[in-house]
Amino acid sequence: MRRRHLAHLFLMPAALLFVAPLVWMVLTAFMPDSDINTYPPKLWPEHFTTAGFARIFTEDDYPLWLANTVIVAVAAVAGHVVLCSLAGYGFARLSFRGRGLTFGALMATIMVPTQVLMIPTFLLFKNMGLIDTLGAAIVPWLASAFGVFLMRQFFLSLPKELEEAATIDGCSRLGVFFRVVLPLARPALATLVVFTLLGAWNDLLWPLIAISSEDSYTLQLGLATFSGARHTEWSALMAGNVVAVLPLVAAFVLAQRHFVATMSFSGLKG
Amino acid sequence: MTVFAAQVSGRRRARRLLPDLTGWGFVLPATLVIVGLSLFPAVWALLLSLRDGDLLTGGEYVGLQNYRDMLGDTELAAAAGHTALYTVLFVPGSVVLGLALALALNLKIRLIGFYRTCFFVPYVVSAAATGILANFVFDPDFGIVNAGLKALGLPATGFLQDPGQAMLTLVVISIWGGVGMPAVVYLAALQDIPRELVEAARVDGGVGRHVLRHVVLPQLRPATVFLLIWQTITALQLFDLVYTTTKGQPLDSTTTIVFYLYRQAFQLFHSGYGTAIAYVLFLVTLAISGAVLWRSAR
Repeated sequence: MRRRHLAHLFLMPAALLFVAPLVWMVLTAFMPDSDINTYPPKLWPEHFTTAGFARIFTEDDYPLWLANTVIVAVAAVAGHVVLCSLAGYGFARLSFRGRGLTFGALMATIMVPTQVLMIPTFLLFKNMGLIDTLGAAIVPWLASAFGVFLMRQFFLSLPKELEEAATIDGCSRLGVFFRVVLPLARPALATLVVFTLLGAWNDLLWPLIAISSEDSYTLQLGLATFSGARHTEWSALMAGNVVAVLPLVAAFVLAQRHFVATMSFSGLKG
Repeated sequence: MTVFAAQVSGRRRARRLLPDLTGWGFVLPATLVIVGLSLFPAVWALLLSLRDGDLLTGGEYVGLQNYRDMLGDTELAAAAGHTALYTVLFVPGSVVLGLALALALNLKIRLIGFYRTCFFVPYVVSAAATGILANFVFDPDFGIVNAGLKALGLPATGFLQDPGQAMLTLVVISIWGGVGMPAVVYLAALQDIPRELVEAARVDGGVGRHVLRHVVLPQLRPATVFLLIWQTITALQLFDLVYTTTKGQPLDSTTTIVFYLYRQAFQLFHSGYGTAIAYVLFLVTLAISGAVLWRSAR
């Protein structure tokens, strides 16, 4: 009993310290710049306003960057869900020549960091005419070795009997996959979607290299340059932050139940 | 007779071909993407690192010259030093704090969902958004942190604009944004430890501290190994937060290896040299991961 009270004594201040900057970010987004640029800074909006939001959605290319990022994120999630679960199922359940070697080769690439890949990928995309288009931001996110690994581990943990029953009933392999296996994979797919969304939505280094014209900017690229241009217009900057962060917070809160559970079967936890 | 034999062997081949085709049909699309954008560039990068390319042309073959140049590059050595300082503070800091939070959260207390969300939400905030927020909060003249220090009667400091403090400030910001991952991984691992094990140790007269050290921590070992490797890789690749806060300044005190690599390859167009730096960073990462795994296996 005493230990639990002590735990709250440690956890409550720590938790408040962790969310305080984000709460303040939201509050600042609703303050006029005259309230923000005072010293000491105001913690609570005295004059509540949505001018910061109005400004980013009318004066800047922000809506365009948001749309670009939504396109990249949707393509990334769709690509991962379809390609990684198909491949994960293939490697887990189907036997074909070259399976072990191919899976091994894919898994070896997990260790290779982006920094090694980005210069050759830049040259490759330049030859393909993809550089400085939204396509350059999308293509690398269509599938990943980590996604294939995650889905394979999940399919290995499913009992085989379900699929066998469906096969006997005359379903094709693809039919079994879409009608029986994929609906069961919802917790793993939730994890895959959250990790993919997190990576694709927040990616900065690759868009920074591959995209140079503002029309094709992603949200993160826009925010990174925006902060220099709108130097002291904090309400607009914070409004931009709030809109950029909100979808991910929502996705995390919706999926957190699933991915704590997923960590156990993927072997990530002890 | 021969027609019959041909039919049989044809059918047999078809019987082997069909599973092959089905299997490859499932795995081929993802395999093409990953081989094309990971395996192939990884090999190409090795060849590029042996040339003096300028990002437009491949350049001349120079053998190991790029790797030799790295040895005498004092700016690279400084960047490696900054990265090492960051890694040495961030990895233990985030793993130990993550463990402490997970141990407290595992006491089956109320509000666990609230706490878990508080600690994990900063993890989903992008480096670009974190950068804007950090510049605001740690502003030496108008920032809330200095206002707080002043209210406590302490002197104001420069934080991200002070060469002596900028890297330490980045460590603090990174721990804020990065501790959620170890906390969640440890919490999941703690919930897997059989209750009987801990209770038996208590019955045998174990004090809390000893139960933690001799029963709980050994059970968490696989999680610790995974987290040490994962956080080290993350730390060695630090770029985004530097780009969105200090851009390597003040006085180059926050120039990390990847930031230096980015500048070499994409601003000075030394793509061959940049790839060589990336490859060495990759090998260092592999060596550290290998060392952690080897030590934990003993």
